Amino acid sequence: MQKLFLQKSICNRVKFFRKLLERLIEGLLMLSGGLTSLIVVLIVVFLFREGLGIFGSPSMETSSVLVVNKSNPIKSLTAAQIKNIFDQNITHWNEIGGKKDTIILFRIDDLTNYVSEEEVGANLENVPACLNKVVDSIPNILAFLPANKIPKNFKGVIVPSEKISPGTFLGGKEWFPTAEPAAQMGVLPLILGTLLVSFVAILIALPLGLSTAIYMGEIAPDGIRRIMKPVIELLAGIPSVVYGFFGLVVIVPLIKNAFGLDVGETALSGSIILAIMALPTIITISEDAMRNTPRAMKEASLALGATKWQTIYKVVIPYSASGITAAAILGIGRAVGETMAVLMVTGNASVMPHSILQPVRTIPATIAAELGEAPQGGLHYQALFALGCILFLITLIINLSVESISKRKKGERH
Amino acid sequence: MNIDHDKIFRSKRNKQNFAFWTFRILSFGIAGILFWILGFIVMHGIKVISWDFITKMPEDGMTKGGIMPAIVGTLTLVAGSIIFAFPLGIMAGIYMNEYAREGFLKRFIQVMTNNLAGIPSIVFGLFGMSLFVNKLHFGDSILAGSLTLGILVLPIVIRTTEEALKAVDDSFRIGSLALGASKWQTTSRVILPSAFPNIITGLILSIGRVSGETAPILFTCAAYFLPKLPHSIMDQVMALPYHLYVIATSGTNITESRPIAYGTALVLIAIVLIMNILANILRRYFGKKVKTN
Repeated sequence: MQKLFLQKSICNRVKFFRKLLERLIEGLLMLSGGLTSLIVVLIVVFLFREGLGIFGSPSMETSSVLVVNKSNPIKSLTAAQIKNIFDQNITHWNEIGGKKDTIILFRIDDLTNYVSEEEVGANLENVPACLNKVVDSIPNILAFLPANKIPKNFKGVIVPSEKISPGTFLGGKEWFPTAEPAAQMGVLPLILGTLLVSFVAILIALPLGLSTAIYMGEIAPDGIRRIMKPVIELLAGIPSVVYGFFGLVVIVPLIKNAFGLDVGETALSGSIILAIMALPTIITISEDAMRNTPRAMKEASLALGATKWQTIYKVVIPYSASGITAAAILGIGRAVGETMAVLMVTGNASVMPHSILQPVRTIPATIAAELGEAPQGGLHYQALFALGCILFLITLIINLSVESISKRKKGERH
Repeated sequence: MNIDHDKIFRSKRNKQNFAFWTFRILSFGIAGILFWILGFIVMHGIKVISWDFITKMPEDGMTKGGIMPAIVGTLTLVAGSIIFAFPLGIMAGIYMNEYAREGFLKRFIQVMTNNLAGIPSIVFGLFGMSLFVNKLHFGDSILAGSLTLGILVLPIVIRTTEEALKAVDDSFRIGSLALGASKWQTTSRVILPSAFPNIITGLILSIGRVSGETAPILFTCAAYFLPKLPHSIMDQVMALPYHLYVIATSGTNITESRPIAYGTALVLIAIVLIMNILANILRRYFGKKVKTN
């Protein structure tokens, strides 16, 4: 009797532990299931924490300052104004709302033009005092000075450069992130460059991809389909840097000779390579969509006397329209985010794109090319992370719209 | 009523023939692109490939010598990312297909996984740099690079596992549960073994993907020129794709290092090709085996 009781209690205990183990494993699996969500959240946090830091910071590094005479009414300068002044495009104060005098530019190296070397001192110990004197004596001066050379009882006025706002960042037409004295952080040419290259790529890839999808899904005999499928998979498997290399040594010279250009690294070269890279995405997804056309619909069309071709373009294509749209959008997404191939073939000139036969620079290529040289935590570094945020948002919108398209399709069917 | 049926029929048939031939030619053209790229790189690269090329260090500003450290580096990164991504990804896949109930949570995780899969690789690079390299102070290291690449392939591993589990017939689950097995026993001893071949096939493809990625390792581990083999996971490494990028665009002497670039491209493509062919063979082999049972 006691033995039986003991057995029963052991049995219960085993059952209990087994149940505990089950729960434990389920919890562990659930945790790893949630891992992707956690990573997406982490990506958002890290990207935006670094990227949003750029807004509100001045477009000049804090180690140097711009200084004017105390009689000058100018209170602040935009990054574009500073660049134009130092490029000699703006030469008079009245062009930026000041007095009617020419701007006299002054850099620290010019000091000996105004004061003698004895005054500066053998060990440059009198530099701050001399600067004070020079700035005070020339009313039209605009001096670009290192911040640590500014004396305590300074008689000039420090002009703050305008803070970078989302407006100037997104709408600015110049991208010279390392320019002195003020960095030019306008990402419009990069955004337009990215969109131009991607859309031309899709214009090339969509007709080709659809034709192949129709051929593979509706026309080709089984044998050919069995060869085509791995071919498309391989096309998707080739690393992007190999596509870039191929573009560099084959497509770029081709474009150069075909259009008689000085350089072959153009938006068009990038679009062609991107089109090849987007093809597998477009082909697989639109073929899947076409394959989902109910057999009854196709057979009904054929039974009414329509040819196979009429059935394809009047039944199969309209039925799979949303799938084809999803394919095109995903293709754009692939093209927008592509880095290495574009970096190698588009020439990377950060100017507003005017034609597809010009070099352009895309957002991912900019990040890849410049992040290595940007000091961590600096303005340039933050700007590149902000570009990453823009890229992230674009692809997020693309993914969510594809998601909603395929969801709507499911809803229709039921 | 004098309709020429024959004429209508003929015009319809001509239209169809025209359309079909267009599609056929375009499709073969696209297959042709693949063979063009492969042929071009094989033709130029095969002249460079030799035992020395694969087993020697780069010399003379990367214009002579071999690419051994880049090959070793890529293999190290692949191994590192696999160790991280495969167990977690497979577990997540099991959860999604076997455990998670239909509802908001499952839907949410699915959307998040899809989003992760759609994020451009350069953004992974930015993330890896700010989290692993800077925040966690791993520095530019194999560890940081492997983790970044692991995150990149995680959605692929999850999706592959889910697809493979979905393909297992429900009668397996019901049968096992009816015999008194618990859920985990069913999953680990019945479902996983029968889904295993399909999971492996998908994983091999993701190895091909990892070995070709450049953007995520640009700022997390890749070294420009480092003629020695890594000693610990905190070392920088050279990697094949980054090496190809460097010698193709910014080497000290581009014309002289061009042959090395072709050779590197060929080795890189060979790895991807071998992985693809291996996956295809496995798929066919296991596909047959399941059918004959």
